[in-house]
Amino acid sequence: MNVIETEDLSFVYGKGTPFEKVANDKLNIQIKQGEFIGIIGHTGSGKSTLVQMLNGLIKPTSGVVRLNGVDIWQVPKEIRKVRFNVGLVFQYPEYQLFEETVAKDIAFGPKNMGLDDEEIKRRINTSARFTGLKPELLSKSPFDLSGGEKRRAAIAGVIAMDPDVLILDEPTAGLDPAGRDVLLAQISQYHKERKNTVLLVSHSMEDIAKIADRILVMNNGRAAMFDETQKIFSRGDELEKMGLRVPQITKIMSMLRDRGYSLPSGVLTVEQAANELQVLLDKQ
Amino acid sequence: MLKDVTLGQFLPGNSPVHRLDPRAKILFLIAVIVYIFITSNYFSLAVVGVFIILIMLLTGISVKLYLKSIKMILFIVLFTGIINLFYGRGEPLVQFGFLTITEAGINNAIFVAVRIALLIIASSVLTFTTSPTDLTDAIERLLKPLTIFHVKVHEIAMMMTIALRFVPTLLEETDKIMSAQKARGADMESGGLAKRVKAIVPVLIPLFVSAFRRAYELATAMECRCYQGGTGRTRMKSLHFGRVDFVSLLVCLIILAGVILCNVFLPAAVR
Repeated sequence: MNVIETEDLSFVYGKGTPFEKVANDKLNIQIKQGEFIGIIGHTGSGKSTLVQMLNGLIKPTSGVVRLNGVDIWQVPKEIRKVRFNVGLVFQYPEYQLFEETVAKDIAFGPKNMGLDDEEIKRRINTSARFTGLKPELLSKSPFDLSGGEKRRAAIAGVIAMDPDVLILDEPTAGLDPAGRDVLLAQISQYHKERKNTVLLVSHSMEDIAKIADRILVMNNGRAAMFDETQKIFSRGDELEKMGLRVPQITKIMSMLRDRGYSLPSGVLTVEQAANELQVLLDKQ
Repeated sequence: MLKDVTLGQFLPGNSPVHRLDPRAKILFLIAVIVYIFITSNYFSLAVVGVFIILIMLLTGISVKLYLKSIKMILFIVLFTGIINLFYGRGEPLVQFGFLTITEAGINNAIFVAVRIALLIIASSVLTFTTSPTDLTDAIERLLKPLTIFHVKVHEIAMMMTIALRFVPTLLEETDKIMSAQKARGADMESGGLAKRVKAIVPVLIPLFVSAFRRAYELATAMECRCYQGGTGRTRMKSLHFGRVDFVSLLVCLIILAGVILCNVFLPAAVR
């Protein structure tokens, strides 16, 4: 069952002005329930516009977005329901915090959904657990938190709506390496527990390689490739032409392959590479 | 949504109007505003109107954008027009209760509406064709004589530059924060006044926080580059008054003569 499906989805910025720019051009994408999708593409390739169309923040210039088989713009007044079902975490989401306490800020989404107080409380606690926010932080002002904690609080605010599809636009940008790893692990844990669909936009090929099932490669507003992670990263030359690259370890392994070592293509993580090399060494 | 605001936007181009010295453009705008208000009959109004429309076409910017700026204040144009309709002396043409419409009233209404529309077009020509930095540069130069009275002209101009520079940034930021809150189900399009005002709080607070953050960052960045105000500062781009500017000055004077001649020799409309 496709949870999200797009048909000839296009968007043009500033139509009719000298600044007219095609952001998305006839995208046809199918995403199945429970998948973990990575979205890559260099700056200006149309990733952000795409994800905003998927949750109904931007109305497409032409084309259709279907959520569970239904056109999301069928009843424009009901678009808020779509936004609750497709949770979108923007880039640098910490700048959207505004409430007096972290708990109140996380409650903003669930409150807008019209849930009762008990359910809201439950959701604050579960989403804080998923994002690793310590319980004592919940009663603090969001402006007193550290950068990383603010980021977690903002992500918790979206997770609290318990969306079927969670979209994260570069959630690890600007975090320190340890913070990135922990946050990614938490997102992946959340995905495993909830079994919902997650779309992750990222510039870090290493991050994407680690957790995505399939990868959508955007280039000039089009879907240049959309395939399983391993297959995408074995097409390194094509990616480089689009200003992208493959994870460093994948590159090293393919260079070794080029020198005649019998190693598989599309190795994605350091652990995997270590195993393959071990096998090779044992043989010799 | 907020990106639809055309008033005050700069649209790069290479028309003769774009190339004009910004100081000259500001002075011409002031002159044209004076012309618009000294017109006393339809003939002189037509002279100014045709002049402004010709300049508008000369900028090479789509007329649609000018119409869009007028549309934004269409309410004011209509409102003042309609109010003026009832403020004319003389023989009433139509009468509803205490409201009377006279020939003079109709004239007044048309004059006021056309004048406001022309004002908007003329000032749009300036802002559409002049980059904000050129604009404040020109203002700084034009106000320079005031330094004799210890007016801090450079500081004022710098504040204007910074303010103008951050308008698009803040608009973009507002758009982003609004989208982020909408993604969490904030409802900003429906409900009564009280509900809408309340709905704005989640946008305003983050906006203020980030505006202050930007201000501090900018101040630090300026201090790092040893910024210390206007004294002894040289410019990267110096303005100079060229041939195009003299030609346009000449045209401007001819139009002034035209307006005055029409005013004096042709019959004035009943006011």
